[in-house]
Amino acid sequence: MHPKAHLPGPMRMLAQATLLEARRGGLPLLAAACIAGTIGLAAFVSQVAITESVPLQASLAAALLRVGAAFLVAAHVVTSVAREAADKGFELALSLPLSRTQFYLGRLLGHAVAGTAIATAFALPLLAWAPPDAVAAWWLSLAFETLLVASLSLFLVFTLAHVVPALAATAGFYVLARGIASIQAIASGPLADDGFASRAAQWAVDGVALLLPRLDVATRSDWLVYGAPGATELGRVLASLALYAALASAAGLVDFHRRNL
Amino acid sequence: MTIARPARAPAAEELPPPPRPAILRAAALGETAAFARLAMVHLQAFDLSSDNATPYRNLDYARLVGWLRAIRDVDPRSDYALLSAARIYAENPDPARSRMALAFVHESFLQDPDRRWPWLAHAALLAKHRLRDLPLARRYAADIARLSRDSNLPDWARQLEVFVLEDMNELDAARVLLGAMLAAGKIRDPAERRFLEHHLRDLESRSGIADKGEKR
Repeated sequence: MHPKAHLPGPMRMLAQATLLEARRGGLPLLAAACIAGTIGLAAFVSQVAITESVPLQASLAAALLRVGAAFLVAAHVVTSVAREAADKGFELALSLPLSRTQFYLGRLLGHAVAGTAIATAFALPLLAWAPPDAVAAWWLSLAFETLLVASLSLFLVFTLAHVVPALAATAGFYVLARGIASIQAIASGPLADDGFASRAAQWAVDGVALLLPRLDVATRSDWLVYGAPGATELGRVLASLALYAALASAAGLVDFHRRNL
Repeated sequence: MTIARPARAPAAEELPPPPRPAILRAAALGETAAFARLAMVHLQAFDLSSDNATPYRNLDYARLVGWLRAIRDVDPRSDYALLSAARIYAENPDPARSRMALAFVHESFLQDPDRRWPWLAHAALLAKHRLRDLPLARRYAADIARLSRDSNLPDWARQLEVFVLEDMNELDAARVLLGAMLAAGKIRDPAERRFLEHHLRDLESRSGIADKGEKR
């Protein structure tokens, strides 16, 4: 039995079409420009550092590439779906013998593979500054992080139906997920008030934190400077990212099924 | 028509009050290694321009130390803030400012003596040779020997207090300390042991105590 038969034909074709669209839409060129710009900036900044120039280069490049990967994936997913909606591509696709689930997951698979390709391209230059095991952990985490961003962007663009709100919501979710742990620490810190308003704010922050993945412990540039995380820690990070990606996908599927297209 | 002016380094008075470490950590969005080092690159630009004969002389050192502390707490494993404090900001010709930087180095050492002893050793040498504050140098040197358990701690760092005491003309205290180090078996290298035993005899003769000829 051919391995490719495990994946339904329509889903595979949709994934391939999504990848082709990414290639023709200039995504590889944008990724290359991102890499070149990041390396140049990291090299420049390290010239003015008086110490720890290599850790500075590695950590700064990793931090910028991580944000760049998330932005490229989110922007590509949102604009691709918005363009297809404007061209009535959904109606055409769904008029074929293709279930909504296959359509949605096929698109998601294509975007996930594109995200993994971006993560791979972004991880390779880091080998110049960090050991292979640390770069491998960073790459894996970034691949899962781009999967999460792709799932979330797909869900939000189908729900919000316009480019700017979908991008803004994705960016807001992403920034909040990366900063929520620090916000919790500030809200419950020694300088926090003891009054009811302050406690209510703490509860609200803790409630929001429950809904968000801990992106502050994923794809850390610290790994490149201080060593790769242990297998348990990395496994927890990847499992958390996969879980939230699955939740976002499920939410997107539910919303896509109830839409009147 | 306005022609773009070349950017200038920020002046000393432009250094803002330091934020709380928690705020700085929140701004890092999890990328503490990159953010702490980038923050140090930004900080070192204040009061550092080509027309400034004495860099950092006008900086508000209370604010500066606040910033160094906040940046250090964002990424405690980075030594950038400590190197800057020990080798740049502490070498300010103003003794008051220099002491503030050295106090920051000492405070940081107490948090992680096994890793940060090199900076306190440098601070002790600065206190001894630049500030000519031997009691301060002795305090730093004593803390290195007492608190650091780093197996790579070199002998000169461990013995620094003895030599500071000699410079303070506190020969008796130096003799007692060196004798205790030899008796405790902390000196493992034979050549070093011979050198220090010879030095101990020299201290004893200088402080007027006869050599008993016992092997210590």
